[in-house]
Amino acid sequence: MGNLFNNYEEACAIILFGIGFTTLLLHRNMIKKIIGFSMMDSAIYLFLAAKGYIAGRKAPIVVSVSVTALMLALTVRLYRRYHTLDIDEITMQARREEA
Amino acid sequence: MELLNIMLLVFILVCAVSVSLTKDLLTSLIIFMSQSLAMAVIWILLESPDLAITEAAVGAGVTSLLMFVTLKKIHAIKEDPKDGETKE
Amino acid sequence: MAKQRNDYENSWFPRLQRWIAQGGTRLSDQMTEELSEASDAHRVLSAEDVARREVEQAVHQLEIQEHEAALYERAHQWGRTKGAKLIRAFYAVLAVLMCVSVIAVLLTTVSNLPSFGGENNPINNEVSQRYIEKGLQETGAVNIVAGMILDYRAFDTLGESHVLFIAACAVMILLRLSDSGDPRQLSRERMEAEANDRLYEPKNDIILQRVAGILVPIIMLFGVYVLFNGHLGPGGGFSGGAVIGAGLILYLNAYGFAATERFFTIKTFRAVSFIALAFYALAKSYSFFCGANHLNSGIGLGTPGDIFSSGLILYLNIAVGMVVACTMYAFYTLFRKGDM
Repeated sequence: MGNLFNNYEEACAIILFGIGFTTLLLHRNMIKKIIGFSMMDSAIYLFLAAKGYIAGRKAPIVVSVSVTALMLALTVRLYRRYHTLDIDEITMQARREEA
Repeated sequence: MELLNIMLLVFILVCAVSVSLTKDLLTSLIIFMSQSLAMAVIWILLESPDLAITEAAVGAGVTSLLMFVTLKKIHAIKEDPKDGETKE
Repeated sequence: MAKQRNDYENSWFPRLQRWIAQGGTRLSDQMTEELSEASDAHRVLSAEDVARREVEQAVHQLEIQEHEAALYERAHQWGRTKGAKLIRAFYAVLAVLMCVSVIAVLLTTVSNLPSFGGENNPINNEVSQRYIEKGLQETGAVNIVAGMILDYRAFDTLGESHVLFIAACAVMILLRLSDSGDPRQLSRERMEAEANDRLYEPKNDIILQRVAGILVPIIMLFGVYVLFNGHLGPGGGFSGGAVIGAGLILYLNAYGFAATERFFTIKTFRAVSFIALAFYALAKSYSFFCGANHLNSGIGLGTPGDIFSSGLILYLNIAVGMVVACTMYAFYTLFRKGDM
């Protein structure tokens, strides 16, 4: 088990990353996927800060809001086009329109 | 301080699991917002106050606000005075 | 996306889809037909009287919502067929198993990492010692983090500011109701967007306006303080810019678009973003030719602890803060209204 209980911060960051990844894969609704993606972002920053490096970065959190905003803008456009947020439905409609 | 650290981390993990398991979209957004708030306190305990200010302003503020506005644009919030539930 | 084929309907994937849907093709044909009828209904409305348009817009909004709810319900009926449920359960189980195995692999790595905060960690080596000791004297900034990201590694922060700017431009491309094109179509879309906006919020909310009247000056003052004290204490460009952007969003929410457009239009956004980013690029783009290192700027370092010390760091902080604040505000108003 090594240092697992001494490094509980990094372990929690990894578990948070895993939960975010599961949310990204499991749900079919786009908004839940975006929330999972944002949780993965936060987990990575937590891991890096817990390792602690001198070149302290306050920028990454602001960059993650840019990524989230871009994904939400794409979701709004997808909704206007297909009138649903279910990723299975969107894929099937897109394939039918193309065939 | 160790105890506060551990409690906040457990709170974040519980919030993350409940975001995934909630069926209601509005509820999961509010839980996500409170998770960002707990993250802001953790940044202070990890001795990076710059990250704490930015996370409080951006994570618990702008990101969640953008998601609320997106929910409104996809007609997911209904004006139902009876039970105020939203789309799945 | 895929290749064009003549017998597409008989290849294996559409046949698998038909097995899953078990008769769903008729549903999707009905859906496409009804969606095109709905968009035809939109176009008929643009010939009506302007004065009555608001009431009709509200009624039309409710109709659209009911129509979408009906479509959603029928789309969900497809998902209740047996084949779809089987595949979804299989996929869910596989996804959870894969995530648990990924977490297990990463946790074994974590258990082999050196202890948290130990003194003999490889990360506390002579490189970080040198930068901590010489940081104050070489950059003049009391806050070592600010000296790090705006003096030694100013090249990286240049890239980060560009990421924010590009994200704002991309969201503008996706969501902005453009000026070119058919004016009647444009004004109908704009009125629909504004009616949609007004449908959910009461205008002139007294509580929000009074509280915002007290809070917005305090937030702006705090944001400017955090921005200007980036090199003396915690804060700096990104934090201060985020706080100022949040203050602008609160002002917009409380007082509406008309009051905010008196001092922040799209021209302001363009001018401020461009000037701030161009100033940063001009100040630090020689790094492209120097191997991402930095040269000493001619500005003197001053005494540490003064507000006008540490050379270019104060001005670079202001530039970055302006870009961040404009980007946050731009995201919010592009989502709300589709225009700035």
